[in-house]
Amino acid sequence: MATHLPVIGGHADGFGRTQRTDGWRRGPLITLIVFLTFIGYTTWAALQGKHYYSDPYLSPFYSPVLFTTPAGMVAGSAPVSHAWFGTFPSWWPSFVPLSPAILILVFPGSFRFTCYYYRKAYYRSFAGSPPACAVGPLAQIRKYRGESYVLLFQNLHRFALYFALLFILILGYDAVLAYFKDGVPGIGVGSVILTINVVLIASYTFGCHSFRHLIGGRKDCLSACGKPTVASVSFKQASWFNARHTEFAWASLLWVMLTDLYVRLCSMGVIHDLSTWSN
Amino acid sequence: MAIRRFKVWRGDAGGGELTDFQIPVDPGMVVLDVLHRIQATQANDLALRWNCKAGKCGSCSMEINGQPKLACMTRMNSFSETETITCQPLKTFPVIKDLVTDVSFNYEQNKRIAPFKPRPRDADGQYRMYQEDVDRVQEFRKCIECFLCQDVCHVLRDREGRETQSFIGPRFMIRVASLEMHPLDTEDRIPELKKELGAGLCNITRCCTEVCPEHIQITDNGIIPLKERIVDRFYDPVAIIGRKLLGIRKRTKTRSEEAAQGAGSEDRDG
Repeated sequence: MATHLPVIGGHADGFGRTQRTDGWRRGPLITLIVFLTFIGYTTWAALQGKHYYSDPYLSPFYSPVLFTTPAGMVAGSAPVSHAWFGTFPSWWPSFVPLSPAILILVFPGSFRFTCYYYRKAYYRSFAGSPPACAVGPLAQIRKYRGESYVLLFQNLHRFALYFALLFILILGYDAVLAYFKDGVPGIGVGSVILTINVVLIASYTFGCHSFRHLIGGRKDCLSACGKPTVASVSFKQASWFNARHTEFAWASLLWVMLTDLYVRLCSMGVIHDLSTWSN
Repeated sequence: MAIRRFKVWRGDAGGGELTDFQIPVDPGMVVLDVLHRIQATQANDLALRWNCKAGKCGSCSMEINGQPKLACMTRMNSFSETETITCQPLKTFPVIKDLVTDVSFNYEQNKRIAPFKPRPRDADGQYRMYQEDVDRVQEFRKCIECFLCQDVCHVLRDREGRETQSFIGPRFMIRVASLEMHPLDTEDRIPELKKELGAGLCNITRCCTEVCPEHIQITDNGIIPLKERIVDRFYDPVAIIGRKLLGIRKRTKTRSEEAAQGAGSEDRDG
């Protein structure tokens, strides 16, 4: 018995059409759900402007705190001494929530948006271009233009990287502060969570393709007559992280959300942080 | 010995159909073995390309249950016992007959790449390079030219990439990378890569890397580093200003643009 199909080779044509019999829908669907959850939660958390600080823990979504509200005005906000530029200025537009996160999230956001790993994830899951390998793409008929017009923005990934490197220092500083409460050294569950957060974000950042290029990949000769150089050693180290870029991208994405949730729940009094400072 | 159901596309450029076969399969067989048994016992005129049966010649590329694979490396025990196995020719290339496609498109792409141009020899007449420096390009030399990456690349497979020859495809991005990153090579292919070979059409969906039977990290080690070199040359304002201040000249025009410009100035002079 023969099956007649219209395309030469018997290949299925059209969005989502394929002869694949494996569970190819699972990967893009999980990515879609997790990313939408992350975007939804982050947007909600960034607009709250409260319960982002629970002494000595600061949510990574709100770090660095450029402006804060005066003491006692908003529950769970950072103290004025923690803010780089003090309280919110008088010119702050009234229709914009008093949330320090609004000023900073564009930097890690643009780093992830232009990341070469995330491009795969969102082109597959959000743009269906294609949804999976050997599966019909969504925009099949329209002419495909790749990196053009507004998508040329993706070529500026290295500038987002520069800010991401700065953020490692800032989040690292926050993690160190998480081991001191009122000047007393100690450790709590939150200290560990904040430390893991900066380690995962740093591991993700050091595996960045632009980082790997800038520290040595741009050269054809990395060594000095076969002897290791700073560039060749750095390139090898970055290549180790680069080979695990996807894993660190996911782990850091989920962990940063968990970190904000933990600090938020502590600040709201929903959970009690287990620590050496506890009574 | 179990009887397994196969659907094999039979036909040519004028049309064809998926034809059913019931065929006994022995333990340890790969898909190519079963196709050979079909050819020997039920369809003597079945056309398929093969050679080494060891995953090193890249001849038996086809689509097995919708996924680009080498038939000689796809074990029958990787399927469930009741699963029907569908074998089709590569979608991206024109069908010649049955499972054989015309892959000459790829050889045309290879001609678009400027060849290797080594620097002058050392004073003693030798070329010297160090293992540490060639490690990167040696990975690309593992390519067996099975063209599975070309087949699965959506720019070539589903868009106008193959018809317009606007994108050279992942296999040849790797070839460009193997030349561009070679410690002895002095040729500059970056303007051509951006303007003629279509590097910007790759949107990093990584299917080429997923199907590579040699496990070459096509995207991470080949395509993306080339894209970063294009950024250096064309999109990074800091690098561009830095080069201007230091008086470093880098080509931004392709050879054809330079030739057209040269011809234009000659016309004006004339």
